[in-house]
Amino acid sequence: MKNLVQVLRKHTMQIVLVLALLFFTLMTQGKMLSPANMSALIAQNAYVFILATGMLMCMLTGGNIDLSVGSAVCLLDVLGGIMMVRVGLPVPVAMLLMLVCGLIIGSVLGYVIAYLNIPPWIATLAGYLAFRGWGTALLGNATIGGIPDGFLNLFNGTVPDIFGVEGFNVTCFAAGIIVCLVYTFIEIRTRATKLKKGYEADTLTSVVVRCVIICVVVLFYTYKLALSQGIPMNLVWVMLVVLVYNFITSKTTIGRYFYTIGGNVEATRLSGIDTKRIYFLAYLNMQFLTVIAAWMTLARQTSAAGSNGTNFEMDAISACVVGGVSAYGGSGTVFGMVVGATLIGVINMGMNLMGIDANWQKVVKGLVLLAAVVFEILNNKDKTKA
Amino acid sequence: MAKILLEMKNITKTFPGVKALDNVNLQVEEGEIHALVGENGAGKSTLMNVLSGIYPYGTYEGDIIYDGEVCNFNTIKDSEEKGIVIIHQELALVPYMTIGENMFLGNERGKKGAIDWNETYAEADKYLKMVGLSESSRTLVKELGTGKQQMVEIAKALAKHAKLLILDEPTSSLNESDSKALLDLMLKFKKEGMTSIIISHKLNEVAYVADKITVVRDGSTIETLDKHTTEISEDRIIKGMVGRELTDRFPKRHDVKIGDINMEVDNWTVYHPLYPERKVVDNVSLNVRKGEVVGIYGLMGAGRTELAMSVFGHAYGTGISGTLKLDGKEVHLKNIKDAIKHKIAYVTEDRKGNGLVLSNSIKINTTLANLDSISPNKIVDPDKEYQVAVEYKEKLKTKTPSVEQKVGNLSGGNQQKVLLAKWMFADPDVLILDEPTRGIDVGAKYEIYCIINDLVAAGKSVIMISSELPEVLGMSDRIYIMNEGRFVGELNAEEATQEIIMSNILKSGEGA
Repeated sequence: MKNLVQVLRKHTMQIVLVLALLFFTLMTQGKMLSPANMSALIAQNAYVFILATGMLMCMLTGGNIDLSVGSAVCLLDVLGGIMMVRVGLPVPVAMLLMLVCGLIIGSVLGYVIAYLNIPPWIATLAGYLAFRGWGTALLGNATIGGIPDGFLNLFNGTVPDIFGVEGFNVTCFAAGIIVCLVYTFIEIRTRATKLKKGYEADTLTSVVVRCVIICVVVLFYTYKLALSQGIPMNLVWVMLVVLVYNFITSKTTIGRYFYTIGGNVEATRLSGIDTKRIYFLAYLNMQFLTVIAAWMTLARQTSAAGSNGTNFEMDAISACVVGGVSAYGGSGTVFGMVVGATLIGVINMGMNLMGIDANWQKVVKGLVLLAAVVFEILNNKDKTKA
Repeated sequence: MAKILLEMKNITKTFPGVKALDNVNLQVEEGEIHALVGENGAGKSTLMNVLSGIYPYGTYEGDIIYDGEVCNFNTIKDSEEKGIVIIHQELALVPYMTIGENMFLGNERGKKGAIDWNETYAEADKYLKMVGLSESSRTLVKELGTGKQQMVEIAKALAKHAKLLILDEPTSSLNESDSKALLDLMLKFKKEGMTSIIISHKLNEVAYVADKITVVRDGSTIETLDKHTTEISEDRIIKGMVGRELTDRFPKRHDVKIGDINMEVDNWTVYHPLYPERKVVDNVSLNVRKGEVVGIYGLMGAGRTELAMSVFGHAYGTGISGTLKLDGKEVHLKNIKDAIKHKIAYVTEDRKGNGLVLSNSIKINTTLANLDSISPNKIVDPDKEYQVAVEYKEKLKTKTPSVEQKVGNLSGGNQQKVLLAKWMFADPDVLILDEPTRGIDVGAKYEIYCIINDLVAAGKSVIMISSELPEVLGMSDRIYIMNEGRFVGELNAEEATQEIIMSNILKSGEGA
């Protein structure tokens, strides 16, 4: 019984996500789970996953956030649009130049925050104001359409199907099966090595349960996608970013330092770690991921406009907070953030399908955010008492 | 026989899974100074929290009888109304407010929500005078040293018309002269009829002020010693605290060969990072040999920590000049990483503030200063990391169920061991230990001393900074005495006594 409570507590957000999905499925007579909507879920929210990954790294260092990313997306999209359409640069060159611009922005913000000790929210608030204004001014209040197809396909397209069965994308489902096999293999091998070396390992039941749940989710989702158009390119980008950053945060020394700085910056500094460099990297990395988000947004909007990236920073912060990333720094995981971002995406889509007024949607999202934080704090309080 | 002002009868307080207090009885007579002593976690602070209403009536069993009536306090306000005022270990003053504002915080003078500032400051000045402070009550608290801030806390308690004053470790952050002033103030109040309870680790202070001493051990009151009927010595108190006689508070070092000079610092001068014209370390020279424990004794604010941190890869200060030689070769350390690479470790005095990441596990803290050594290609090897953490946990006898435990959940003594483990894992030749036993109990202190002995036995050099004279005298092979940024004396262990050290400091003060 006590075990069950612990398991439930540990996985509250995942459970809430499942409940939300069930709720909206019921309320929309199953439309929620239609292949098209499942495919749209990733297309609509891809940028959130990417930006929230960067935001996670910033927040880990002590609850610092980057308010400038939405505006930076706008500026980068405008620059990209100008280079691709007005100047007519080849797509790879334009993309590279967008990346360079993003890294310059990130270096400046990182330098100001890390080495001049400007509070992050002020430095990035300046970016928030300036970047969108700059982008819109460059546009001259027009929008730039006609983005080359090559670019659009890189993000909006799907992974080509090599089997070519009509109505069912076999490649997609096969990929799902492979992911399941690899995941199960890794889980079993990890447990085996742990046992061999005599370390504490999870019980066999919990490993099996976890594998079954993950496989069911993956197979279900890839099945739906297979019925739609296949694997969206967006999903490929998101998976790439999420996996790489999951590795960085959980396995590498530099990832470790992000956590310890959030826990105690002085202790970390006195352990011989260049804490300023870590702060710098957090904001540089944030803008690097912003570039990817800007590419995605430009492709999804198929045009560069002054409204590109509006409120993206808030979406990213919300995803982190709902995903259990501490607002004070030092704790939070990529996996938690993914759950948070998905939950928000599901709520958004569900409410749209139900035809709820956009203003009331905002109210609901605000309440969800608050509830997540309150829950997190109460949960931690209980733990310290026990 | 004087009247019993406070009686706590059969107090039992349980936290989930732990019995923090078990049938505790305490009697305090009017007009006495009553000391509570015991190891960390013995239950002293819990008992006082029960008394002051922080743990409200009903969450504990037993009775509190104060001034002849049974009291059921639900909040701190309730107990304060009766004149029971507690001053906590950590100073709780708002730095950017004036003394007067702080003193009447939550107890404002004036009526109908409007504060009468004239009355506030006039009264504040009155109470300041009572505690012997000459500052104006309009001074900002941040401009006072910790000693004076503690006095303000006491004045604040007086302003609440305290009849029973409870001081929880009042001198833990004070230097010797400020501590003395505070203790004398307590004696003065006693003459005026005030009753006080003092919780302290510093047994010499307890022996100095207390009329009665109650020893608390493992949640129970063991005994009450009365100064007037029994002779109270530090050893007698310790016997009660640990339940055995500590024949020797400092473990002997056997056959440690003192070798060549390991580290040498010459003409070291450091300026304050914010006020670059202020010298904090003034032309200091020191050396330490292999297998040697060198003590640096000085009062707080003497520049000891600043000296240590500036040597440790310029972690503190600006305009640092002087030479640093390791193994006879001059080195220039650019930063902390460089210092660690050159096998110097600085173990901070403030383990919670800048030593440990409390929200992380013992494992993560243990490897933090030398993570690269177990991380091929910058990827942490989880097996090695676990092994290292377990190895040091066992070596230093850290009491914890698992190395995955958060450091914040450990007791002070065990936290100190994790901090030491972290720096031992960094494999230094020279360890600078800054107040290595601050705020930990007698038993854990002894274990830390044993670790220091093991370190020098392995040929390491230890520089131990401390403001506890017995510790410096008991552990050091050689002692430097520091005052106001300068070294004012160097003594060998055989010739050093408390008197010689203190007179060195006093003389240097006169000379300046």
